[in-house]
Amino acid sequence: MAAPGGSAEGGPDVAVPLDLVVSAVDVHKSFRDVEVLKGVSLDVARGEVVVLIGPSGSGKTTFLRCINHLETVDQGRIYVNGRLVGYRTDRRGRIREERASAIARQRADIGFVFQHFNLYPNRSVLDNVCLGPRKVRRVSRDEAERAGRALLRRVGLGSKIDAHPAQLSGGQKQRVAIARALAMQPKLILFDEPTSALDPEMIGEVLTVIRDLASEGMTMVVVSHEMGFAREVADQVVMMDDGAIVEKGRPAELFDRPAHERTRAFLAKIL
Amino acid sequence: MISTVGLHFDGRFFWTSLLHPSSAFLQGLWATVYMSVVAQLLATVLGLALALARRSKVGVVRGVAWSYAWMMRGTPLLVQLALVYFGLAAAGIYRFANLTVGPVTIPGEVQAAILTFTLNEAAYMGEIIRAALAAVDPGQMEAAMSTGMTPSRAMRLVVVPQAVRFVIPPLGNDFNALMKNTSLASIIGVQEMFLVSEQVSSVTFNTFEIYLVASLYYLGLTTVWSVIQAVIERRIDRRWGIRREPRRWSATWSRRRTVLDVGLGA
Repeated sequence: MAAPGGSAEGGPDVAVPLDLVVSAVDVHKSFRDVEVLKGVSLDVARGEVVVLIGPSGSGKTTFLRCINHLETVDQGRIYVNGRLVGYRTDRRGRIREERASAIARQRADIGFVFQHFNLYPNRSVLDNVCLGPRKVRRVSRDEAERAGRALLRRVGLGSKIDAHPAQLSGGQKQRVAIARALAMQPKLILFDEPTSALDPEMIGEVLTVIRDLASEGMTMVVVSHEMGFAREVADQVVMMDDGAIVEKGRPAELFDRPAHERTRAFLAKIL
Repeated sequence: MISTVGLHFDGRFFWTSLLHPSSAFLQGLWATVYMSVVAQLLATVLGLALALARRSKVGVVRGVAWSYAWMMRGTPLLVQLALVYFGLAAAGIYRFANLTVGPVTIPGEVQAAILTFTLNEAAYMGEIIRAALAAVDPGQMEAAMSTGMTPSRAMRLVVVPQAVRFVIPPLGNDFNALMKNTSLASIIGVQEMFLVSEQVSSVTFNTFEIYLVASLYYLGLTTVWSVIQAVIERRIDRRWGIRREPRRWSATWSRRRTVLDVGLGA
């Protein structure tokens, strides 16, 4: 694994302002010879909803996956709640990848919702939600199930508790996936195109759940092509292209008065 | 006794052997069953280890697992049996002696046979499990890790249980073959069903009859197993929330008829 470059000052608890949940600094990432992230920096404040937009292949998803270390980083740093994600500074001051157990502990506080849901097909809806709390948080089965039922009711699936993923619609599956992420009581949730794999009539039910989370103050980073949703829910919209951030701003500014030609061209194509 | 020109078939001997087998024959049957079951269970555990070794980050571990499969799958089971039982003893490396555990004595040749069947079958199980693990969507691992599981815990709690569904059909196939292959243990003197039949044959000269009886018993064993396998598969499907047609045959038949009807109607 390539450790991120930079000098030794990158110990974990450096001066990241407390109200910043995510602080990404100059993140670079290549797959073989292709550089997919060319120095991405982004701050996400507590309670903020950031929507990443941009053409496919622009690096949005890769960047999102770097935030919980599903992808390693070649250079630069990402802090979540002031802690360097996925890496540590060894005794000689070099930056190395964290041990698997430490990475797992960090990920436990970061929810991730996948484009293709990735529900466990061999487990009931309730077990999908409870597995993490029981096995990672060591919550008792009774307590995990009580909390799981409450979460499933909250996402409108109180009647599907004993169903299997194979018996659910796409929209229902994605709501289970959101409940599964919430069950870990994360401080941040990352959404990777949560509605891209859904039939049009099911997009609304998933966006409603995400909107509710936003209004409850959950910090979220969402990769999305739903511009209406971005305009309504985002505190900050980030336009990415070719592995870099083109511009970012409040949705009203970015959508109505884009500063860059590439943003204009992208929005013209998608709207 | 039916005796026409050139045909000798002792019907009474056949039916008696089939319906009221001698205790020697039943013990042979039991040996066949328990060698198969024990070897298959041990081979599955060893196979999982081999499959995981094939996915190791360490090149040497991968290499050892690969070489093991290469050797075990590249040499005949019959030769392996002879090598383990006669070969090791002749070379003075290891002689399988009878082992008494409580009330039961496990003869040396049975130990050698179970060991060989296990080692041989493990190579195949390794390949089966490796393919099954690869068949589980990588997104499952990521989903588990995103809820804070370490890769090893995600493997154990999420990936391996799902791989079971892909393991059962080829495992069933292998176990079917293993039950029949236990007859090879006769060459090292294991009193299993085939060797007992051979002995009956040489004493009674009812060669055709007793081998036919043995064949039917092997057929019975594999048939029982195929029913058990179907039950296991259906149970796993139910866990996945997949409902299958309750009676496969009638479903097949009706599907065929539908196709035919469509064909006629068109």
